[in-house]
Amino acid sequence: MIAFDNVAYSYGGGELLSEVSLRLTPGSFHFLTGPSGSGKSTFLKLCYGELLPTVGTVTIFDREVHSLDRDEVARMRRRIGVVHQDCRFLDHLPLATNVTLPLTVTGRESNMQDLSDLMAWVGLSQLADALPPSLSGGERQRAAVARAIITSPDLLLADEPTGNLDWEMSLRLLKLLVELNRMGTTILVATHDLNLIRSAKQQVAARVLRISHRRIQLAGADL
Amino acid sequence: MTLRELLSEIATPDRQADRVVPPSGHTAWLTGFTAGTMAFLAVFALALSLAAGRLADRWGEALERTATIRISAPEEQMELQTQAVLDLLAATPGVASARALTDAEEHALLEPWFGSDLPLDTLPIPRLIELQEEGQGYDAQGLRQRLAAEAPGAILDDHLRWRQPLATAASRLRLLGTVSILLILASTAAMITLAANASLAANAQVIGVLRLVGARDIYIARAFVRRFTLRALAGAAAGTAAGLVAVMLLPSADAAGGVLTGLGFQGAGWLLPFLLPPVAAVTAFLATRAAAFRKLKELT
Ligand SMILES: Nc1ncnc2c1ncn2[C@@H]1O[C@H](COP(=O)(O)OP(=O)(O)O)[C@@H](O)[C@H]1O
Ligand SMILES: [Mg+2]
Repeated sequence: MIAFDNVAYSYGGGELLSEVSLRLTPGSFHFLTGPSGSGKSTFLKLCYGELLPTVGTVTIFDREVHSLDRDEVARMRRRIGVVHQDCRFLDHLPLATNVTLPLTVTGRESNMQDLSDLMAWVGLSQLADALPPSLSGGERQRAAVARAIITSPDLLLADEPTGNLDWEMSLRLLKLLVELNRMGTTILVATHDLNLIRSAKQQVAARVLRISHRRIQLAGADL
Repeated sequence: MTLRELLSEIATPDRQADRVVPPSGHTAWLTGFTAGTMAFLAVFALALSLAAGRLADRWGEALERTATIRISAPEEQMELQTQAVLDLLAATPGVASARALTDAEEHALLEPWFGSDLPLDTLPIPRLIELQEEGQGYDAQGLRQRLAAEAPGAILDDHLRWRQPLATAASRLRLLGTVSILLILASTAAMITLAANASLAANAQVIGVLRLVGARDIYIARAFVRRFTLRALAGAAAGTAAGLVAVMLLPSADAAGGVLTGLGFQGAGWLLPFLLPPVAAVTAFLATRAAAFRKLKELT
């Protein structure tokens, strides 16, 4: 599904990530951990073509990202749900419209029942008509998750999706991710919340990628 | 880019697609205002161009096809030379017809200057022969030489001396009008490009979100393009209407008045200003589209 071959990335200074070679197979569930500033968000951006590797190749859905034109990138993104760390929305449109945006831009109708189920699951039913700037950090994160999964993507990339959530809501969200994974969605979650990872491991065969010293390694069973 | 494509892009009421870009108060107003002002100016440039064109045509065409030969000769030679000149003209290629003006016609020509009670019969008035050109026209130089040989009192006045500069000035004026219209169009395109760029830059976050959820450039561009096209169309329609009213309020055209009082539209010319709003819309469409695709590459 996603393959990194000897990838390095730098924002212009020294390399932030080096010699990264790994594969995310379809249906897998991965966590990505590492200290703040180690490059978790950067790695996720490489995974959906927002950043292009400075060295090596990234292959997404069997296509080398460098070879994609802008329309192909757009089409590739439709198969990927992304939960940005700094969840951005169209601030002038109500939350429900924001959540269905991935359907709107591809000319698809949103099923009202699915939408209200989804909004209920992430606990935002009451806020469907609210404008994004009026939401709290946690509400924004849940809305971003809802927007990312409304298209039933093949791949879900979530950057610290529980960063602003209390433990109860975090578990609820985890349950949603596990459920999606059971239905076939490949999942990659960047987080430094080890409790969340432990909790996940009890429900699903999740593996942990760890960034240290610019390399990404598959962590052992001990975390 | 077909016309149908253009029409469908601005006319398809995809409200959803339009709403993804937040309404932008002042750039909207500025775009409409710019298009309106430019259309207003274009109406005058058009009127100037058309009026100058009419003058150039009138002076160039009507006068170009006729010339006058003036024969000043002693009374007893007059008939002889007149006939000689007419014979000569009949044999000159490029001359369609020639005829001597009658006494009555000559009197009519002189009357405004000397009054009707002048005893013209007693005055040695030159005889005038009017000739009509055909095809490529005659060789003025050659005709002059032969006239000198056969009728020494005959002088060819082909109006060139005073006609040429006027006709040239009129065509220059027409050209100036046309160039002004083109410049107005180019400025409109430039200003709309600037406004579109500003609007795209101001909406960088919106564009980022749309790209993130898989919107194609064309989808995002369309929302901006439709907006600017409709604004330009509305602005230009208002500007054109104002320009037309202003032209209609000018003192009415008078054949002798030349450029100043002839500055208006005539006949089918009235239809031309109505092309300005659609032309402004097409200009805005193309300018915004180009700007959008360029800016989108830059932003994401
Ligand atoms: N656009 C950017 N330009 C330059 N440096 C950046 C940019 N984005 C992130 N960085 C730097 O790259 C490093 C890794 O950032 P990031 O991937 O966000 O780490 P993490 O998500 O693990 O906290 C940080 O030091 C950050 O300052
Ligand atoms: Mg981060």
